[in-house]
Amino acid sequence: MVNSSPNSILLSADGTPLKKSLSRSLRQQKIRALLLISPLLIFILVAFIMPIVSMLSRSVENDLVSQTLPATVSAIQSWDALSGELPDELVYKAFAQDIQNAAKAKVHTKVALRLNYEKSGIASLFKKTARKAKKWDIETDGPFKEKLIKVHKGWGEVEVWQTIKTHSPRYTSGYFLNAVDMRKTVEGADFQPEDKTILIKLFQRTLIMSLIITFSCILLGYPVAWLLANLPMRQANLLMILVLLPFWTSLLVRTSAWKVMLQQQGVINDILVQLSLVSDDARLIMINNEIGTIVAMTHILLPFMILPMYSVMQTIPPSYLRAAKSLGATNWTAFWRVYFPQSIPGIGAGSILVFILAIGYYITPEIVGGTKGVFISNRIAYHILKSLNWGLAAALGTILLVAVLILYWTYDKIVGIDNVKLGG
Amino acid sequence: MNFTKTIMTTASAALISSAAFAGGHMSMEMTIVSWGGAYSASQLKAYHEPYSAKTGVTILNDDSSSTAVAQLRAMNEANNITWDVVDVEAAPAMQLCDEGLALEIDPDTMLAPAPDGTPASEDFGDMLVSECFIPQIVYSTTFGYRTDLVGDTPPDNVCAVFDTKTYPGKRSLFSVPINQMEWALLCDGVAKSDIYDVLATEEGQDRALAKLDTIKDDVIWVSSGSDTPQLLADGEVIMGATYNGRLFSLIEEQKQPVAMIWDGQVMDLDGWIIPAGLSPERQARALDYVMFATDTQRLADQAKYISYGPARASSAPLVGKHADLGIDMAPHMPTAPENLSRAFLMNYDFWADYRDDLDAKFQAWLAK
Repeated sequence: MVNSSPNSILLSADGTPLKKSLSRSLRQQKIRALLLISPLLIFILVAFIMPIVSMLSRSVENDLVSQTLPATVSAIQSWDALSGELPDELVYKAFAQDIQNAAKAKVHTKVALRLNYEKSGIASLFKKTARKAKKWDIETDGPFKEKLIKVHKGWGEVEVWQTIKTHSPRYTSGYFLNAVDMRKTVEGADFQPEDKTILIKLFQRTLIMSLIITFSCILLGYPVAWLLANLPMRQANLLMILVLLPFWTSLLVRTSAWKVMLQQQGVINDILVQLSLVSDDARLIMINNEIGTIVAMTHILLPFMILPMYSVMQTIPPSYLRAAKSLGATNWTAFWRVYFPQSIPGIGAGSILVFILAIGYYITPEIVGGTKGVFISNRIAYHILKSLNWGLAAALGTILLVAVLILYWTYDKIVGIDNVKLGG
Repeated sequence: MNFTKTIMTTASAALISSAAFAGGHMSMEMTIVSWGGAYSASQLKAYHEPYSAKTGVTILNDDSSSTAVAQLRAMNEANNITWDVVDVEAAPAMQLCDEGLALEIDPDTMLAPAPDGTPASEDFGDMLVSECFIPQIVYSTTFGYRTDLVGDTPPDNVCAVFDTKTYPGKRSLFSVPINQMEWALLCDGVAKSDIYDVLATEEGQDRALAKLDTIKDDVIWVSSGSDTPQLLADGEVIMGATYNGRLFSLIEEQKQPVAMIWDGQVMDLDGWIIPAGLSPERQARALDYVMFATDTQRLADQAKYISYGPARASSAPLVGKHADLGIDMAPHMPTAPENLSRAFLMNYDFWADYRDDLDAKFQAWLAK
């Protein structure tokens, strides 16, 4: 049927070359597969990737200033911000025109809020000026330098103009600098004054506490997963229900329950006092600090550690341990040299899950963390919901995302992602 | 991202509902945003139920007021407003109005006059702090203390919070600079009228933080208005700051051994705004609702359920007894004359300027 001489082409039954026919059928398969996953793909693209990209792009976007104050931004470029002198009348006139237009369109507060992140006082400066500027005639009412300074003495401060000039480009590194406790000044990047540095500290705290939580989960979860894998079916099922039970209880209920347990007049302290282990006036402080966050989050994230461990341990044949022992290994050696290495993929999978969930946790630290146990995500939430500094929130979120990706990459280099198993 | 999702899911619902009622001139369903808890319950009894009974409108409640500005901004960017009437404090209302996200209100044509014919603009008077704001209540942030844990001389002054010698034990404060900085300066000897001038200077801010430093280790820092009542009830703290209505319910409804310090109470306003950019029939419905819900009788009715002072002068004489407890509500209002005389008025403009800066400083100080 097929001519096997070296010079001729392999033909399929209908006479077309085999290579062509094969690639056609493969292409059809690929298209079919693509069509099958397209609903999910489109959904992920629209509901997940696009919002994330659009949110993260806010960390560098800064067109608000140049859009709202176009004439000022172009006029101020020729002003030497470091000269120590105020800009000339041209800039003031351009600004008077811009603020009048902005006030009529009701967009002046947005840009005022934007610039107020950089220099306190600009919010009211803009608001007051906008109220007056609505009534001005730009052609005849000049000169505007004296006029603006008369409205508010802030217009006589070089710093205000420096702030406008520094933050006028359409794209800015300012939010990223702010996210690492620095700021963009007219002379370039500079450190924040020490009494305003907080974010680096929070990043460090988030990483360290997430690591502690991950290790606590390994320590507490490993024996439970071992029991689950080795107990007879009936007991193992009961234990499994106990592990899964927290999943079926609201996160808020579980976190609030820890409040009742851990507070100074709470259950644990009461028991310790009754047993005379702790005196009544020296009750332990276990909540509204790091301890509260670590305890509550370890509890909440424990199932994410136990389940992958369990599914890996289930696949380790018990005969290996028996074989090791029959060859003379002690219990410890048999466990450490034979059993443990085979369970590492489960630990790896559990650790990645728990760590990545922990690093972005928000609601539990908010409730039980007080001031010493809050994470960087609490700050992100503050900037999204309260201060409305979405640019800074986006920069913080981007840094967090990149940090997680780098950690994932290092993990892959050191342990190898092939060594991670979520199941048999 | 969350907003985007919410917006996307609600988009279809809003489309369907607006299409269904496009025939009539007023929408028959509305979403009202408020704070939840006892406060929303009082609005339900005093405003929503009578309004629904009168007009047959279905009212949906959304407890999102604490993040209203962020969400309205996101809705505006997505060009899809899903809220009809929103309950906010005065400062966010001013901000929303300045940004053009709230509808401007003419009190004399859009709000009901007092029963004696006084126009609404006079009846509300100074409470109309922004062109978009329809005031409902006056509330205050103040301190409650455990009567059984403070010894023989119960505190009568806000500075008891800073006096750990006479009143040893934990106290709870909000983990934000607003109010805490003012109280610190007040108790460091700054006159009420000078506080914001002092707080505008670098030295003044350091001074306030230094005063707070003296009690830092004795403070449980809280983030929500419901924390302090729980901490007081459990005896975790001997005194703590929260909204006066929460303390009223702790003291009178739950009968906890707690009393109030009215001294140094910081007064603020709460009221409605209507988002800008609603469809004509939804806007007509929203306006009809606020006309009804902020008339003299309705505002006085709300005071039957919660101890917040009605914002209309004409409502004050109508404030009666609590609906279930039967106690006189007037003395429990922040606006009662003897309470009012010791109050402190918040400066909205100051906080609009300094909030971001002072918040960064305050959080850095807290983390130290």
